[in-house]
Amino acid sequence: MKLLVPVKRVIDYNVKVRVKPDQTGVDLANVKMSMNPFCEIAVEEAVRLREKGAASEIVVVSIGPAQAQETIRTALAMGADRGILIQTDQDVEPLGVAKLLKAVVEAEAPGAVVMGKQAIDGDNNATGQMLAALLGWPQATFASAITITGDSAEVTREVDGGLQTLKVALPAVITADLRLNEPRFASLPNIMKAKKKPIDMKTPADFGVDVAPRLTVLKVTEPPKREGGAKVADAAELVGKLKEAGVI
Amino acid sequence: MAEGLDFDGLRPRSPFMGESHATWRAALRRWIDAHIMPFAAEWDEAGAVPRELFVQAGDFGLLGAGYPEAYGGTGRGPDYDHFHGIVTSEELSRVGAGGITAALMVHGIGLPPILALGSDEMKARVAPDVLAGRRQISLAITEPDAGSDVANLSTRAERRGDHYVVNGAKLYITGGCTSQWLTTAVRTGGPGAGGVSLLLIDAASPGITRLPLKKQGWWASDTAQIFFQDVEVPVENLIGPENGGFFGIMMNFNSERLGMASGALASARVCVEEAVAWARERRTFGKRLADHQVIRHKVAEMVRRISAGTAWLDQCAWQVAQGGTPVADLSLLKVEATNTLEFCAREASQILGGASYMRGARLERIYREVRVNAIGGGSEEIMRDLAARQLAL
Ligand SMILES: Cc1cc2nc3c(=O)[nH]c(=O)nc-3n(C[C@H](O)[C@H](O)[C@H](O)COP(=O)(O)OP(=O)(O)OC[C@H]3O[C@@H](n4cnc5c(N)ncnc54)[C@H](O)[C@@H]3O)c2cc1C
Repeated sequence: MKLLVPVKRVIDYNVKVRVKPDQTGVDLANVKMSMNPFCEIAVEEAVRLREKGAASEIVVVSIGPAQAQETIRTALAMGADRGILIQTDQDVEPLGVAKLLKAVVEAEAPGAVVMGKQAIDGDNNATGQMLAALLGWPQATFASAITITGDSAEVTREVDGGLQTLKVALPAVITADLRLNEPRFASLPNIMKAKKKPIDMKTPADFGVDVAPRLTVLKVTEPPKREGGAKVADAAELVGKLKEAGVI
Repeated sequence: MAEGLDFDGLRPRSPFMGESHATWRAALRRWIDAHIMPFAAEWDEAGAVPRELFVQAGDFGLLGAGYPEAYGGTGRGPDYDHFHGIVTSEELSRVGAGGITAALMVHGIGLPPILALGSDEMKARVAPDVLAGRRQISLAITEPDAGSDVANLSTRAERRGDHYVVNGAKLYITGGCTSQWLTTAVRTGGPGAGGVSLLLIDAASPGITRLPLKKQGWWASDTAQIFFQDVEVPVENLIGPENGGFFGIMMNFNSERLGMASGALASARVCVEEAVAWARERRTFGKRLADHQVIRHKVAEMVRRISAGTAWLDQCAWQVAQGGTPVADLSLLKVEATNTLEFCAREASQILGGASYMRGARLERIYREVRVNAIGGGSEEIMRDLAARQLAL
């Protein structure tokens, strides 16, 4: 079975992001970029599924600027077989991404799409669900364990108060949660070999998808600065202060 | 030329390094930052690196870098040449804990003689375990009475039937207490270089006593005194021909010196990085340290030495990559690199003032590693002497 794993290039999770002075977005100049951590978990899971014999080929696809090739190379170094870059400098919204992925799914016919539950830049948590809807496929989101047997997958999800296990018929869209696995460090030889694995270069126009934004960002601002606290003498004073602040 | 005053900016851009080296550097740095950097001070104080690190480094491919694919290494080719080797030394040195590198990469001196001279059976027996980090191999040459004067070593191996009986002592052996294998230089013949053989000795053999030595620096690596008393070694553990071991010792030197020079120059870059970060923050007499002319000149001098040394390093490595053996250059390069390290460790420490003397930081450790760089792997005096001879003075 072939697995399709979408991967996104985002600001590295260690970077302390800064808002651009004109408040139109986050400053990306000279900032370290990496693969979205949830995508990394999805790649790792795909590689593990192949190691267990549940998958035969892993194709990674990224939608983004030319530099997203590095993100694809990272996935290839972890064990994916080949990549597809749909190159665009546009910041593509979840619906645009889902439409492009649908087109890739139609061309590649994978047995499942394994992807991150969200990207840490926009935190939208929307693309997987939209893709499943567009394809008319079952979806199992927030996976913390995946078992594939025959033509179905059992997916464990962490829900409030416990674990829920779903059984979905394949093909399906499965999105990865944080505790699904701990991604491996690609080894040096695999990193070097990944440079020779093929990456197909495409554009949104090749798939006839219009990626023009539907949303308008009005303003991006820093979270409010934390203000210094104050000490209260007793519970009565605390209640008084809270009432004053209008929180109780 | 230097493009900045941080570790990367201080390395003159190499005309011989391309995209493949950049990939190698980025991958290695990411791994080192996750697996070594946060623990460096702790391991150095503890006097050892954890056993798991060897296996992790084996899995990652660091231990196999440049070694034959048949034994689990990366092989050599466009994706691993001499410049990838330089990158590896530099990135390990960025940690500022030479003892960790010495411990982790000790096979870099212990294994090559086996791969160069050993039988196929011996290579298959030793190399895969070593490159996977399951076992370690040290090189035991130096003796209480034979250091620089290697050809004068006196540990004796007498052939008796199907084994050798070894008697003698080795000194200052890196990894000597923990390695399972010892690539050991012994005297099997008459005096001088022509009577020296190399033996692969199982460190657990009866008759071997190993004692740790306390050192000025390199705490994370153990350095041992090893005594051999009637130690029986099977004859199939002879590495290469009997009395032909000296060649195996000599052939290590070129790559060892290139590695040590890269490491010393990269450590010097760490010194400058630390000193500049400090000088930009610390204020004395109403201005930043970095604004005092004396301090500015110190930094400029350090940059000058590092730039010149690193450019020469690249030239030497290029000659080696072309198949050359520029012995005089490599010898003097090692002197230049360790002199530069000594100079930068000193000047950077002066810039940090009292803070440089406090334990736990990279600069303080590097300061304590200057001498082992300047003495080990061919001392400065011996290097100059060798160069003068090579240049037919
Ligand atoms: C931390 C550490 C780790 C080591 N690890 C290993 C190891 O793993 N395996 C191993 O085999 N060895 C190891 N060594 C030993 C190292 O290689 C020797 O210390 C080195 O070769 C110098 O030998 P020596 O200490 O006996 O000094 P000596 O040879 O006694 O020299 C003393 C001084 O005299 C100078 N000198 C000597 N001869 C001459 C001459 N002809 N002209 C002018 N000056 C001269 C030297 O340069 C030096 O300054 C290690 C040493 C250290 C400190």
